[in-house]
Amino acid sequence: MERTIYREIKVNRPLIQLAALLVAFLLAAASSWFYIEHHGHIVTGMNNQIVWGLPHVFAIFLIVAASGALNVASIATVFGKVPYKPLARLSGLLAVSLLAGGLAVLVLDLGRPDRLIVAMTTYNFSSIFAWNILLYNGFFVVVAAYLFVQMARGMPYQAVQMVGFVAFIWRLILTTGTGSIFGWLVARSAYDAAILAPLFIAMSFAIGLAVFILVLTLACRLTDRALGAKLLARMGRLLGIFAAVVLYFAAVQHLTNLYVAEHAGVERFILWNGGIYTWLFWFGQVLIGGLVPIALVFHPTGGAKPASTITASALVILGGFAQLYVIILGGQAYPLEIFPGFTASFSFSDGQINIYIPTWLEFFLGFGGIALALALSGFGMKILRILPTSLSDANVGQD
Amino acid sequence: MKRLLVMLFLMLATLPAAAGGLAPVIPKASGKPHPEGNLFMRINHMKLMKHDRDQTVREGDREIGHSLKACIECHAVNGADGQPVDISSDKHFCRTCHDFAAVKVDCFQCHNSRPEAKSQVLILPRPGDTNDLAAYLEGAAR
Amino acid sequence: MKPPALSFHKKPSEMSRRDFLKSGGAVATITLAQGVTLMAFGGQAGAMADPGKRWGLLIDVGKCTSDCTACVTACSTENGWQDTGHPETDAQWIRKVDLVDDATGHELSLPMMCQHCDDAPCIDVCPTTASFKRADGIVLVDKHICIGCRYCMMACPYKARSFVHEPVRGQKTYAPRGQGTVESCTLCVHRVDRGDSPACVEACGKTGNGAMMFGDLMDPESQISQALLNYPSLALRDDLGLRPGVRYQNL
Repeated sequence: MERTIYREIKVNRPLIQLAALLVAFLLAAASSWFYIEHHGHIVTGMNNQIVWGLPHVFAIFLIVAASGALNVASIATVFGKVPYKPLARLSGLLAVSLLAGGLAVLVLDLGRPDRLIVAMTTYNFSSIFAWNILLYNGFFVVVAAYLFVQMARGMPYQAVQMVGFVAFIWRLILTTGTGSIFGWLVARSAYDAAILAPLFIAMSFAIGLAVFILVLTLACRLTDRALGAKLLARMGRLLGIFAAVVLYFAAVQHLTNLYVAEHAGVERFILWNGGIYTWLFWFGQVLIGGLVPIALVFHPTGGAKPASTITASALVILGGFAQLYVIILGGQAYPLEIFPGFTASFSFSDGQINIYIPTWLEFFLGFGGIALALALSGFGMKILRILPTSLSDANVGQD
Repeated sequence: MKRLLVMLFLMLATLPAAAGGLAPVIPKASGKPHPEGNLFMRINHMKLMKHDRDQTVREGDREIGHSLKACIECHAVNGADGQPVDISSDKHFCRTCHDFAAVKVDCFQCHNSRPEAKSQVLILPRPGDTNDLAAYLEGAAR
Repeated sequence: MKPPALSFHKKPSEMSRRDFLKSGGAVATITLAQGVTLMAFGGQAGAMADPGKRWGLLIDVGKCTSDCTACVTACSTENGWQDTGHPETDAQWIRKVDLVDDATGHELSLPMMCQHCDDAPCIDVCPTTASFKRADGIVLVDKHICIGCRYCMMACPYKARSFVHEPVRGQKTYAPRGQGTVESCTLCVHRVDRGDSPACVEACGKTGNGAMMFGDLMDPESQISQALLNYPSLALRDDLGLRPGVRYQNL
C-alpha cells in the first residue's frame, strides 16, 4: 500500500462542460425564485391545503443526504475502517455542500426569504424548526473543524478521532431533528410518530452513501483517477444493508399504523388507493429504492461489478425521492380528521383528498439546490486537497 | 457611524439654497407638528414605530403615540384626482425621502399606504409653495 | 445640531391623560376613531390585553343553518380578505362546513375558524415566535416577523390558517395582511380592544339565528360562562388536549 496523496482536481474539458451545465441550472433556479417572489406562491402548485411542496422534497432530500454523506468519514475515523480513510475528506466536503444546497432551497421557498435575518436572530426554543436552524449552523462549524483537523499538517490522530466523534453525534441529532419536524406534528395522522426520527436516520444512511458513491465515481472518472472495483463493491454492499434498514423502519411504521384503527384511513390511502402516492410507495420506494438495489449489490455474480453499485446508488436516490414525496405530500394530501364520525358534505375542501400538481418553477428551484451542492463540492475539490490521486484497490488499505 | 451618516444626510437635506435639486421635496402634513421636532422624527421614526407596533400587536396596547395609521393620516398626499396617492406613486410622503435615501420601506406589503376613506381634510402640496425641508421645519417650529 | 435622545419612558402628565381615557371610555373611543388626535397625546403604556380575561366563542350548531354564510361574509368585509377566483389559495379566516353523521345520517352545519387554543401547536412550532397568544387568549400572527415557512399550517389541527399567495392592495388599516405571510382569524382583535364583539358574532345575531356567542371565559358571571356551565358543549379534537377557546354546542 502506498501513501495516500490528496491533490486538487485539474480543470479539463468535461469538467468545464459540467460546470456550465450546473450554472445553467443555477440560473434557472434563480429565475424561478425571482418569479415566485414577484407573483407570490400562487404561481406554484402549493396551496392552503398542500403548504409544503416539491421544493421541500428537494430540500429535505439534500439535508438528509448531507448528514448521510458524512457517514463515510465517520466509518473511517469513528469506527476505524482503514479502506474508508482516503474518502473522509470528500465525505466532509460533500456533507457541507449538500446541506448548503438543501438550505438554499428551503430558504428560497419561504414566503419572506428577505427576512432570513429574523429566522437567524429570533428563536422560539419550543420549536423543533428553530432547533434545526441551530443544528444546521452547528453542522457547518463541526464539519469545517473536522475537515480542518484532517487536512492540517501535524495534527495528532486523536484530534481527528475526537472531532470525528462529535461530528458523528451531531449528524445523528441533526437527522433526528429533521425527522421530528414531521414526527412531532400531532395534528396529522400521517405524521405524529416517533419512528419518523430513526426512519429519517436510516434514510440518511442510504441516500447519503448513494450520493457519495455517485459523486466519487463521477469525480474520479472526470479527473482520470483510479477507483478500485473492490472499494466500490464494498460500499455497494453497505448501501444494500442501509436500503434494507430503511425498508425495515418503513415496514414497522406502516404496520404500527395499520394496527391503530384511527390511522386505518391514512394507511389505506398511502398503501392502497392513494393514486400517485400508492404508486410511488410500492413502485418507487419499495421496489426501485429498496428491493432492486439490494438484489443488485448482493447478486452472487454481478454484485461485485462497479456497474451494479452505481446503478444501485442511482436507484436508492430515486427511491429516496419517492419516499420523501410520499411522506411530505402524501401526508398533506390526506385530509385532516377534524370531525371523526362525520362526512363533510359541503365545505372548503374539508374531508377531501387535496390535489397537488407541481409546476416547473418548483422543479427548477429544487434542481438548483442539487446544482448548488454539486458546484460547491466541485469547487471545494478544485481549491482544496480533497480527492486522493489514486483510489485503486492496491492503494487503499485493508482492515 | 451610521448615526453620523444619517446626520450628515439630514444636514445636507436642510441646506435649501446650496442643495437645490439635491434635497428631497417633502410634502406638508396636516395636523399638529410633532412635539419632538421633525429632526427627531426623521432620525427616530422607525424606532418609535417599531417599538409601538410591538406594543399594539403583542400586548394589545391601542393607546400608542406612533402608529403607522397616524403617520398615514397626517402625511397623506393627494394626487391629481383629489384622492390620497398610494405607495406606487413617487409623490407618496414615505417615498419622497426613502427614494432619495435609497432605503427600502417594508411596511406596505401588508399595510395600506393610504388613509381610511373617512379621514379628515388633507393639505395639498400647492405649486409654488415653499414646501422644501427648511420651510417645513420653519412651519413646524412656529 | 444634536438629535434629541430617544426615550420610551412614561411621563407623569400623560398618565393623567390615560386616567381620563379610562374614566370616559365612550368619549375617548370617538376621539380615537378619528385618528389624528392619537398624535397629540403622545406615547405611553395604555390599556393592554388583560391577562385576567380569556376571550372565547360558543357556537350552537343547532341554531346554525346550512344555507347561511353571514359570518363568513361579515368576516371578509371586516378584515378585507376576499374571493380572488382561486379557491385553493384564497384566504379562509372562517369557513362554513356541512356535515353528515356517518352513523345516523343527521345533517349539521357549522362555522370553522381559528380555535384560539390555550396550548396552540402553531405557537409551539413557529421558529420565530411570530405565532403568539395575547395575554387575553387571542392567538395571532405577528406578520412583522413571520417568515412564511408555513410550519404552523402543517401543525394546526383545524386547518385554520391561510398563506397569502398573492400581492395584496387596499388592506383595512386595522387588519394588515400581505404576500408571503400566514394569517388567520384574529377574533376581530381590533373590535375586541374597543369593547365590541367579533364581526361574525354580530352578523350571526343580525340574521336572527344567534348561533354564536362571544365573551370572557374566565368571568364566571359572563353569559358565555353561564351557557357553558348549564349546557353540554365540546371542543373540536379535544383528544389533543389543546383547550381551545372556541367550543361547540349540539354537535
